[in-house]
Amino acid sequence: MSRELDLAGRVVELVREIAGPDAEAEAAVTYTDRALTRFANSSIHQNVADETTGLRLRLHVDGRTAAGSSTVVTDEGLRGLVERTVAAARLCPPDQAWPGLTQTSPVAGPGNWDEATANASPDDRADRVRAFVEAAGGLETAGYCRTVNWAGAFANSAGQAVTGRSAEAAMDGVARTGGIDGVARRNTGRLSDLDGAVLGARAAAKARAAAAPVELAPGRYEVVLEPTAVVDILQNFALFGFNGKAYNERRSFAEPGAAQFDPAITLVDDALGTLGLPFDAEGTPKRRIALVEQGVTRTVAHDRRTAAEAGATSTGHAIAGGASFGAVPTNLRLLPDGSAGDGTAPTEVDGPVVDSDTAALIAGVRRGLLVTDFWYTRVLDPKSLVITGLTRNGVWLVEDGQVTTAVQNFRFTQSYPQALAPGSVLGIGRYASLLPDSWDASWWSAPALRLASWNFTGGASG
Amino acid sequence: MTHFDVATAAVQAALDAGARYADARVMHRRYESMSARNGEIEELSQDEDAGIGVRALVGSSWGFFAVPDLSDAAARTAGTRAARIAKASARVPGPAVDLVPTGGQSGSWASACAVDPLSVALSDKGDLLVHATKISHENGADVAEGLYQIWDTSKWFVSSEGHRIDQHVRECGAGISATVIGDGETQRRSYPSYRGQYGTSGWELVDSLDLGAHAARIAQEARELLTAPMCPSGETTLILGGEQLALQIHESVGHAIELDRILGWEAAFAGTSWLDLTQLGQLRYGSELMNITIDPTIPGALGSFGFDDEGTPATKRDAVREGRWVGVLAGRDSAAVAGLDYAGSVRSDGWSRLPMVRMTNVGLEPGPHTLDEIIDATDDGILMDINRSWSIDDKRLNFQFGCEVGWEIKNGRRGRMLRNPTYTGIGPQFWRSMDMLSGETVAWGTPNCGKGQPGQVGHTGHPAAPARFTNVRVGVRG
Repeated sequence: MSRELDLAGRVVELVREIAGPDAEAEAAVTYTDRALTRFANSSIHQNVADETTGLRLRLHVDGRTAAGSSTVVTDEGLRGLVERTVAAARLCPPDQAWPGLTQTSPVAGPGNWDEATANASPDDRADRVRAFVEAAGGLETAGYCRTVNWAGAFANSAGQAVTGRSAEAAMDGVARTGGIDGVARRNTGRLSDLDGAVLGARAAAKARAAAAPVELAPGRYEVVLEPTAVVDILQNFALFGFNGKAYNERRSFAEPGAAQFDPAITLVDDALGTLGLPFDAEGTPKRRIALVEQGVTRTVAHDRRTAAEAGATSTGHAIAGGASFGAVPTNLRLLPDGSAGDGTAPTEVDGPVVDSDTAALIAGVRRGLLVTDFWYTRVLDPKSLVITGLTRNGVWLVEDGQVTTAVQNFRFTQSYPQALAPGSVLGIGRYASLLPDSWDASWWSAPALRLASWNFTGGASG
Repeated sequence: MTHFDVATAAVQAALDAGARYADARVMHRRYESMSARNGEIEELSQDEDAGIGVRALVGSSWGFFAVPDLSDAAARTAGTRAARIAKASARVPGPAVDLVPTGGQSGSWASACAVDPLSVALSDKGDLLVHATKISHENGADVAEGLYQIWDTSKWFVSSEGHRIDQHVRECGAGISATVIGDGETQRRSYPSYRGQYGTSGWELVDSLDLGAHAARIAQEARELLTAPMCPSGETTLILGGEQLALQIHESVGHAIELDRILGWEAAFAGTSWLDLTQLGQLRYGSELMNITIDPTIPGALGSFGFDDEGTPATKRDAVREGRWVGVLAGRDSAAVAGLDYAGSVRSDGWSRLPMVRMTNVGLEPGPHTLDEIIDATDDGILMDINRSWSIDDKRLNFQFGCEVGWEIKNGRRGRMLRNPTYTGIGPQFWRSMDMLSGETVAWGTPNCGKGQPGQVGHTGHPAAPARFTNVRVGVRG
């Protein structure tokens, strides 16, 4: 038995002891070993690590529910957590919609694991940073290299007891010249896959190609979005579109059964076999679910509570403390074009285009824009998912299939579902890149996308 | 062992491992939140978090390590590991690191608190949210939400320069919102702002909000918005309510004057700043009505403290005086790099995170008018209030904000309600167009400021009052 599962089991037992045998309890324990080496102005300026064990308890007693968490996992700390959570529950009004506990069910696997990544040293990360800096050839650089490993366990009073562990490495950096940035980033389960030199060279090539940008008039342009930009669409779809609570309350655009997207779009949530724990915050085993198949919306993500309300079953997307926000898919894959190619990684291309896969999409564009990244995107209306934000890290004009000139950043105001509506997707890449989330260990997988129209509403300079 | 003893052991271990400077923070935080929806409690959570974070400077390289274990052995290991990480940083070295002097500060500080928010009965707190959201739901809200949050944080700071400081900060706040679902869109009204109002205060802050008294109004206004005319597109005179202006200050001034951004330390993620240190003291940031202060000493404001997380005592200073840029938010190392002689704006969101440059209370000093006087003096314009969306570029220049509600202003009178109001602009151009400012200042609290990697959530305060701006582009459409 793992230390984490032992802790979770002790908490469930304590709930029985303190609140009685009828109390329902679920305990999730996560050990996180996180290290991040950050660089700016081409030197390491922040270098951090922490090891934390956190415990989250939710219990349902006498028809009432409360939750609590703690990093104090001594005997005294565990007892204190249980006692105050039981006391809090008893002061709450009845929870009529309590969906009950996850019943015993096995997880699909232990999660991905790589010993070298889990045991990576500060020197291992610093070496990759040095490679990135050197490959940028004298350009200013900034970014991070991080490694994270975590071991989790979940136990509840219905007998569910599952464990898993996972390791992750990510690198994300910019190279800068004259205030113009180029970017490269990658997420992987193995630190050995991260080549700082490749990423640094890519960022520098993009920065150099972005020099002397011209200002173009706002308006609707055809676009090729690199995977780094497509990730923003996936993130907003996850938070606001395929969120089971938003769907139940009619705040989401999602309409299962309707052909809301272009037939080229197939979107799945798939935590298995890549990065992350194989169960959610309620102990429900994770599985692959198809949210959109060939343009048709199929389902949304549910936890136990949103599923009960919708007359469905949990899809394994409960997030800790997520009762207010809802159930969110955090491992989205936009599937690449599988009609050709064998899924092997494309080759690097000189200049602003990341790789041969994106270059193939650009070849068909008569006049449009190549966009690297979206930045500071915010929802103007969650139902129509109209979003404003800016481009970042490089925009280029594409004419007759060739990148012709760098362009100043734009502000856009665009409905994301509308941009991917039937007939709007002119091309989809044959290779999906695994990319990290800025804030934690979520990940997203996306190919490049060629879209018929994107609504740029202003130049970033005025 | 006391928490000071634990921190001292960690610092000594870092020094023994080769650090020329080290500091350690022991933090213990209790957090409580409750949310309600449509008259029912939705979630109650009580969280406890404790640990130690150690920062070590070896040569000119930093390292930081944190653990939740407050034993002597764990603290010593943390100090040693922080020094080891610092040594690895030297594989990609930077320029020499100095720290502007603060003296070996000793002291204690506690935020003012009349009613301990954690001691208020859960049933009373629940009744408050249930009552307000029930009224809102009954008055037309499809989704009526209410939320309160409480943070009770104790910290003990020790440095190798002789700092020995303990602080007890109590923060809380609450808010309600009403969302209505229309045909393909949603509308929302909130009180007192979309995320609520927060401060370094006791429960008296929440009591003063009187959430229930506003619950029916916001639901009715949200429903009215579904059929209100769209905000027109074009350039006009714009009057902003104080809550929206607080966010405008946060995004287009507060982040822009963060010295770590100006120096490029946040270039890859949070971004840089349009400000250039060679222009400090000369640059015209806004109109002469624009006086922005950095003031962590404001009683009750969310960005208040006695000492920052490097042990620098809280001090008020100017950021913009009569429209001219004169000051930055700085830490001890960033200030030394920039050749400045002050720090005092470094904080972290917990023991496991590295302290970094953060806004304290960055606010606009009051002006001579009232909101009614500003409206009276406006022939043709739009009044916008309560933030709905916010976006700004990585240099903090180009912004677009959406508000929950707008009103036409015609011939000095407030007219029809307007739907989906947005405005956009460039920071310094916008601030230079401010021509009227009210004195009805409120120190708005922002409890969700994201920055740093690994990500940190900061608590900031923004004194602001309604103000008027000329020739602003409004009504950007998607």
